[in-house]
Amino acid sequence: MIHDLLFAPFGDPAVRMALAGCIALAFGGAPIGVFLVLRRTSLIGDALSHAILPGVAIAFVFAGFSVLWMTIGGLLAGLATAILAGVATRMSAIREDASLAAFFIISLAFGSLLVASFGTDEELVHVLFGRVLELKAEALLTIAGIATVTMAALALLYRPLIAECFDPGFLRRAGWTGALVYTAFLSLVVLNLIGGFQALGTLMAVGLMMLPAAAAGFWSESAGGQIAVAIALTIGAALAGLVFAFHAGTPPESSIVLTAGVFYLVSLAAGPRDSIGARLIRLRHLEA
Amino acid sequence: MSAGAVRLEDLTLGYQRHPAVHHVSGSFAPGSLTAIAGPNGAGKSTLLKGIAGELRPLSGRIALDGLKPRDIAYLPQIAEIERRFPVSVLDLVALGAWRRAGLFRSIGRDDLALAHHAVDTVGLSGFEDRPIGTLSGGQLQRALFARLLVQDARLILLDEPFAAIDQGTTADLVEILKRWRGEGRTVIAVLHDDALMRAHFPETLLLARACVAWGATEEALRPEHLLAARRMCEAFHDDAAVCRP
Repeated sequence: MIHDLLFAPFGDPAVRMALAGCIALAFGGAPIGVFLVLRRTSLIGDALSHAILPGVAIAFVFAGFSVLWMTIGGLLAGLATAILAGVATRMSAIREDASLAAFFIISLAFGSLLVASFGTDEELVHVLFGRVLELKAEALLTIAGIATVTMAALALLYRPLIAECFDPGFLRRAGWTGALVYTAFLSLVVLNLIGGFQALGTLMAVGLMMLPAAAAGFWSESAGGQIAVAIALTIGAALAGLVFAFHAGTPPESSIVLTAGVFYLVSLAAGPRDSIGARLIRLRHLEA
Repeated sequence: MSAGAVRLEDLTLGYQRHPAVHHVSGSFAPGSLTAIAGPNGAGKSTLLKGIAGELRPLSGRIALDGLKPRDIAYLPQIAEIERRFPVSVLDLVALGAWRRAGLFRSIGRDDLALAHHAVDTVGLSGFEDRPIGTLSGGQLQRALFARLLVQDARLILLDEPFAAIDQGTTADLVEILKRWRGEGRTVIAVLHDDALMRAHFPETLLLARACVAWGATEEALRPEHLLAARRMCEAFHDDAAVCRP
């Protein structure tokens, strides 16, 4: 009974591949999501996922459904948008959010113009919403590779990234490194969104990056702790979402992201730190 | 420790062509402890930003005698610190070792010892592991001073370091300023408290967009100078003519 409920789904190799893909995504995307939340730039993931779309679409139009070309196309479009926006922010008085909004909309409009001119295909829906159960070995390797690069880069960038998050002025005065750190970080965001779209599509990929990260803030006080919680929640959402989709016959991609959404709502309501529940329960205060 | 002088040569600093500091010349001697005084809008913070290299002069220049950007520590008026970010007091203080540890090297044992010592010096012993979000305004200022201690800079710029800080904390932090001076560092602080300047700062630059007086504190803060500063410091005009000295 329990075996049928919990283990039977993973008898299917496609489901196992999907799970492997999501676990790899967790190790890359969750820490990135935590840093986005801590920098108060949670919506940048959304903006950049729109920015990579034209690159992916153009590659699709010219090279068909090729993981390699769609990855390269998305990477170029996303990085170009992020770097142009970052350079514009640092060279003028425009704020980061306005700058990014401007450039990702330009990127999106340019992409739609190209796609509309050179024809479209129903397979493009695939790019938008993904097909996690058709994850090929090639795509899985890409995702795992991106997760590996991300973890290595984060190990190197951890201190400057923390510094740039909580005291950007100090890092700026320490030299030119602020811009470098910021650009490297945005590149990691783009890379992980690319990884995510292989499995879940560009739209759902942001969900798996941001929901566990936002939920993690209700569980841990330190940045490291939040990263650990976010990774665990992502893997949990993948497991539960795949099991649910298998039995209920729902699309696995949205099931996984919705499970992550449920985790977020539960954390918001009952997480031990700063949640609605934690604020309602008033324990007796301590001695002064 | 040999500290460099800071020379202002006919310096004009400002925003969108409107000068906030207008044709100021003079120099901060190596190892001096100088207060910058003046009414609100006098250009005090602007001058500090200019020396820190955050603002390019509209004209004239700032000569930093043998000082590289890394030799300058600058504590802005309102530090852009995200108080809710989960870092501890010790992490914040250890960040002062940036110049030596850089981006990737680990904070060495010496620097860690220095950070612990700095936390003790500013009177925050026992607060090492506290998240910065739980500190009061005065405690955060103490922690930022500890970071300056670890930074070990030759030129230290402080913008209203004692605004909204109580007397006890101010007294403790002034002792650190004097210690820096004793170590031969050049210290420049923007202040509003005349009594504090008279008691602890040998030199004062009285600024009201232009330089009103610059020299020994008692001399610079004479009543007629203060009155002149209050008169001179008025808002700029949108249709101001181009300045042709």
